[in-house]
Amino acid sequence: MNREAALFDQLDATTSTTAKVDALATYFREADDADKLWVIALLSGRRPKRPVTSTQLRRWAAEVSGIPDWLFEASYHVVGDFAETVTHIATLEERITKRLSEWVRYVEDLKDLPEEDKATRVKAAWAGLEGMELFVFNKIITGGFRIGVSQKVMVKGLSKATGVGDDVLAHRLMGNWSPHGSSFEELVFGANAGDDHSRPYPFYLAYGIEGPEGTAAGAGLNDLLPLGDPREWQAEHKWDGIRGQVIMRGGQRFLWSRGEELVTDKYPELAALRDALPNGTVLDGEILAWKDDAALPFAELQKRIGRKSVGKKLLADVPVIFMAYDVMEHEGEDIRQRPLSERRQRLEALVAAARHPALALSPTLPFRTWEEIVAHREHARSSSIEGLMLKRLNSTYEVGRRRGDWWKWKVDPLRIDAVLTFSMQGHGRRADLYTDHTFGLWHNGELVTFAKAYSGLTDAEMKEVDAFVKKNTLERFGPVRQVKAELVFEIAFEGISASTRHKSGVAVRFPRIARWRKDKKAEDANTLDDLKSMIR
Amino acid sequence: MLTFTPKGIYCPYADVYIDPWRGVDRAIVTHAHSDHARGGSRQYLATPVTKALMHARMGIDLNIEAVGYGEPITINGVRFSLHPAGHIPGSAQVHVEHKGEVWVATGDYKRQEDGISTPFEPVRCHTLITECTFGLPIYRWKEPREVFAELNAWWRGNAANGICSVISAYSLGKAQRVMTGVDRSIGPILVHGAVANMNTVLQECGLELPRWEHITKDTPKERFRNALVITPGSALDTTWANRMKPFSSAMASGWMQLRGWRRRANIEKGFVLSDHADWDGLLHTVRESGAERVIATHGYTDLFSQYLRSVGSDAAAETTEFVGEAGADLQEGTRSVDPPGRPATPAE
Repeated sequence: MNREAALFDQLDATTSTTAKVDALATYFREADDADKLWVIALLSGRRPKRPVTSTQLRRWAAEVSGIPDWLFEASYHVVGDFAETVTHIATLEERITKRLSEWVRYVEDLKDLPEEDKATRVKAAWAGLEGMELFVFNKIITGGFRIGVSQKVMVKGLSKATGVGDDVLAHRLMGNWSPHGSSFEELVFGANAGDDHSRPYPFYLAYGIEGPEGTAAGAGLNDLLPLGDPREWQAEHKWDGIRGQVIMRGGQRFLWSRGEELVTDKYPELAALRDALPNGTVLDGEILAWKDDAALPFAELQKRIGRKSVGKKLLADVPVIFMAYDVMEHEGEDIRQRPLSERRQRLEALVAAARHPALALSPTLPFRTWEEIVAHREHARSSSIEGLMLKRLNSTYEVGRRRGDWWKWKVDPLRIDAVLTFSMQGHGRRADLYTDHTFGLWHNGELVTFAKAYSGLTDAEMKEVDAFVKKNTLERFGPVRQVKAELVFEIAFEGISASTRHKSGVAVRFPRIARWRKDKKAEDANTLDDLKSMIR
Repeated sequence: MLTFTPKGIYCPYADVYIDPWRGVDRAIVTHAHSDHARGGSRQYLATPVTKALMHARMGIDLNIEAVGYGEPITINGVRFSLHPAGHIPGSAQVHVEHKGEVWVATGDYKRQEDGISTPFEPVRCHTLITECTFGLPIYRWKEPREVFAELNAWWRGNAANGICSVISAYSLGKAQRVMTGVDRSIGPILVHGAVANMNTVLQECGLELPRWEHITKDTPKERFRNALVITPGSALDTTWANRMKPFSSAMASGWMQLRGWRRRANIEKGFVLSDHADWDGLLHTVRESGAERVIATHGYTDLFSQYLRSVGSDAAAETTEFVGEAGADLQEGTRSVDPPGRPATPAE
């Protein structure tokens, strides 16, 4: 695995995308096929099934290092990454040399072993590896292979090494493949690609409308004028659900979510679409919780996410529909290169012919001028709509996030001033800094927690808050510190709904720190009632 | 015999402070880093090298008495002596003896040999006051020669591509350690003014350093292409660094052990090179001292002392105003870390 360790060291040591792409390309040109497949898999979020629990790993790590459990835990909170913590604590005894694919096999083979054999083998690996190799092994066994390289960068490197276009590669790397069932040839050069009926297309993702020179958009008309002639555009609502792709091929139906997760079985009410859509159809749209001709809040849909099997009651309480807005494949043909106007016509015909209650067509909004779009946006906030989508009528269906032809224009976030109440050390580049904050609003003279937020501060502000937390700790709960109620932050969020699962009685969507209100004292922060009054 | 007061570590029998952070009558200074050697005191006691460095940094009119390693000084019946700490040139541990009872305050120290400082000398005592900047088991250093092999490879690779190698290192100690440890055949060593000042003083004290050049506005741009530039981190983000472009940035510090710190430091390469003892070095020192009681200062004091108690030592933590290992803007003031407690998170 030394080749991969060297690669990850190189990727770690640079912030330049070009340098990362070059390092990956060199690796993909030189390394062995079986190992390359695993690098592709790991960097696209595929990993071997986790054969051991995190509790077991923690116990074994404390055992090999001879330190008490609590000291391992404390160390983990300083490092902010389990795999890295073990890497620093383990001691090399006798080096074991294996290739990446062999180490993955080693991890996979643990699955059916009794616990003590698992322990022996994991400890043997810890004693046989060091540095980046050990870190990679720990990442394989703990899952979550996030090391600062996006799938997009990996695909660019692979494209550079193989000469296959990155859009084509992005498509080939989608879906259900695993290094066990595919060869590098098949995966990258597309031999036998037609065999996989379930393979989704990469989603086309929009950027937010921008203000001048890439600044955040204001609410104004001025931000739309660069788009040119309004007659060249189509407008729709931006739905607040789960982006999904419905695939009908070979008499089978598949439903993918944007996170490349096959969710067919989670939404049985969409199963009947099998009879309503013709073979060779792939639709892009949104999975929405929908009842009595209206969308339910995202918080309701959330009850369905993460549930493998859905009970009758939940099905009745939170039924879902598929709100379609594009078609990528029609009559077995990839039509992504045809203009949106044509795809839209075909989509309308498909939805009309299906006449199925679980399949809806995302309506286009009528407008002639950009002023009318501004007005639409002003009315676009509801429990299931988070703004507008603007799409150029002649746009092709692109791969990944692109500027130019598709734009999202969210409604302005809601904002409230809240008090910092608890804080915890972060992960990754925030490790060993108190950056994961909990915020409260006033209610009957007490601060009630309403949101957690991690992002939104500058590096300098982050350090300043870290210092405040360390100096103003009232009580410690393991890694969490309760702090003196003093700092006020403006918290921005996208949506709001009543919730019985939250102590505050309110759930907010995408809370983040908008700014530090150094001008406000804790007692000037908003109340829980202020927040509740924002619920419509 | 030694107590912790708002002004610093204090010996009441002798009326002497060790590394006080406020002005006092009489101060013993363990080493010349600015969090240990502070101005405002009437009279100082330090090793000859520390004396020279303090004069250079804080002015010539300081009243400093120089005492060599191992030379005893008796004040009011208390016997003091300084012993090598291996942290930076001139650094010392303070041995304090009164009526047969011995305390040692380590100051900052490391157990690795760095090629520029007199190596650490274990001193036996009843009570040991030890720093623990890196007092967690995640901090265990590699052999310096391995780190220098990485550093040379980085410099060599950059030099071959005409890219300047800029390394941020503390101007006193780390900078000279880096100069001394690298492969000088790769290219010239150029230094920032702050490093140049320290180099000059240390050379006057008899330290041998490889050839180095002070970067001035007349330094030709071509000179940077295969050079290793050594600078305090604070200069890296200023226009001063512009002339070296294109350059690759690195930092040499114990904090570079953690990916999180490395990524936050906004540098490309981190070399784990510390002038402090690592976890094993701290425990080894505690054992070697034979101390019955250990007091941990600056660093992960709570966790380190709790660990010592868990293995049967009488250990406590004390708060000081020492900073620990500097590393550009990573310097964050006294670092403290949670003791373990019941795992709980605030209510949702």
